[in-house]
Amino acid sequence: MLVFFVVAAVAVGAALVVVIHRNPVIQALSLVVFLLAVAGVFVLLNAQFLAALQVIIYAGAIVVLITFVIMLLNLGPEARGGPGIPTLLIAFLLGALLIGVLGRAGLTFEPLAANTPVSPDGVLPHAPGYGSVGAFGRALFSTYFYPFEAVSLAIVAALTGAVLLAKRKLED
Amino acid sequence: MDYVLLAAVAIKVTLIVVICIAIVPIMTWVERRGAGVLQMRLGPNRVGPFGLFQPVADGLKFFFKEDLLPPFANRPVFVMAPFVAMAAAICALAVIPFGSVLTVLGRKIPLVIADVDAGVLLLLAASSMGVYGIIMAGWSSNNKYSQYGGLRSSAQIISYELALGLAVIAVLVLSGTLRPTAIVIQQAESWWNVLYLPLGFLLLLISGFAETNRLPFDLPEAESELVGGYHTEYSSMKFSMFFMAEYLNMVVSACLLVTLYLGGYAVPGFIRNALGLSGNWLAAAEVATFFAKVFFFLWLFVWVRWTLPRFRFDQLMHIGWKILIPLGFLNVIWAALLVVWGVRS
Repeated sequence: MLVFFVVAAVAVGAALVVVIHRNPVIQALSLVVFLLAVAGVFVLLNAQFLAALQVIIYAGAIVVLITFVIMLLNLGPEARGGPGIPTLLIAFLLGALLIGVLGRAGLTFEPLAANTPVSPDGVLPHAPGYGSVGAFGRALFSTYFYPFEAVSLAIVAALTGAVLLAKRKLED
Repeated sequence: MDYVLLAAVAIKVTLIVVICIAIVPIMTWVERRGAGVLQMRLGPNRVGPFGLFQPVADGLKFFFKEDLLPPFANRPVFVMAPFVAMAAAICALAVIPFGSVLTVLGRKIPLVIADVDAGVLLLLAASSMGVYGIIMAGWSSNNKYSQYGGLRSSAQIISYELALGLAVIAVLVLSGTLRPTAIVIQQAESWWNVLYLPLGFLLLLISGFAETNRLPFDLPEAESELVGGYHTEYSSMKFSMFFMAEYLNMVVSACLLVTLYLGGYAVPGFIRNALGLSGNWLAAAEVATFFAKVFFFLWLFVWVRWTLPRFRFDQLMHIGWKILIPLGFLNVIWAALLVVWGVRS
């Protein structure tokens, strides 16, 4: 429990720095700290596989790319005026919605009883091997097969779009 | 709570970190004497027998140098960078099995710090954090040479991490597990993975050179173009920590190669039978076998460094994206075919 609060505090602190700080490189580095803290939460939930993937993909690849681009363009501190009133209003509404949903989930949350029936594919918590690579893979390719394929399709679409944009710039 | 097991974990962690850090001064000596041998000269030979105490003299010198901080550097990031580089290298050592089990006071102590289900992935995750040390150093120094070094390094490491990942995935497909100890035991029971996947072994070796910024891929610190690369502005122990991180990364790279492709700590059966090894003697022989293999690759790193010239940056990117990655996919398909044909089982 204590570990969770430390990790959560680090995550929230780093997330605040990402939003508030004006230097893009510092923001990117805080994003790494935030992602590592979230990986720590995954480990506490006994999902080591997910934690490792989080670190490899997000912290190890995506944010390195973001930092690379920031450094390549040599961006200085962000010069920004205050956001307009409509932006602020939308941000406030979305934030309130998120807090409402999360708060409701937190208030109505009941820990699973120890004798909860265990699902054979190991998706439910307390199942033997919960969070292991085997259980994860079986769930991904059986129960959640269609969402998984839909996400792959979305990624292929994004890739095609990126190639198209890059090609067009070359021809001009 | 079993205090003996708890103490064993503490001792294991300390010993492994100390041994791996102790490899650094030994390797600097090997590197300089090795360079001497390869270039038909003597190398450092004045301090102690065969120049053996040269690393001690260098270490003392680092301690007494002034620790400079560039006036326009970003101070917190500049100070943290060498720590990040070194911590990432040390973390990766946690999941590498150095031997099977040691029996102390009737308790079996596995010779690996953390035997976790997703071990290979954790190793990749820890080593992928190492690039941040270099990026942070390059950016915070506020120096164009450092910046170029950091940029080159991040581009290079992202590109070669893909080839490295594909070489690792092939082993995972073949062995059907992510647990390093299980992969080693499988190889001990049949043949080394390098015999099934020779291409994957080569890919892992080449991308290992690129990931550790060693020649012929040492563009992030190409001294003829970039003064010193990302660590141009660093002095004293901070520079020394980057240096140690580079050598620790070599150790991690060698451990990964040995564990995944060359049978890890397993002592060959005929040697075990000939010497009649069992129990703790077997464990000692396993640790010795493991480090012998690791030291071979550390020597290979030195050997290659003083043999090959450096690539140009476009050649580096060409090799990474257009040669190694397609070969990596071929290798994964080959591994899948081996599983379908039931070669391993």
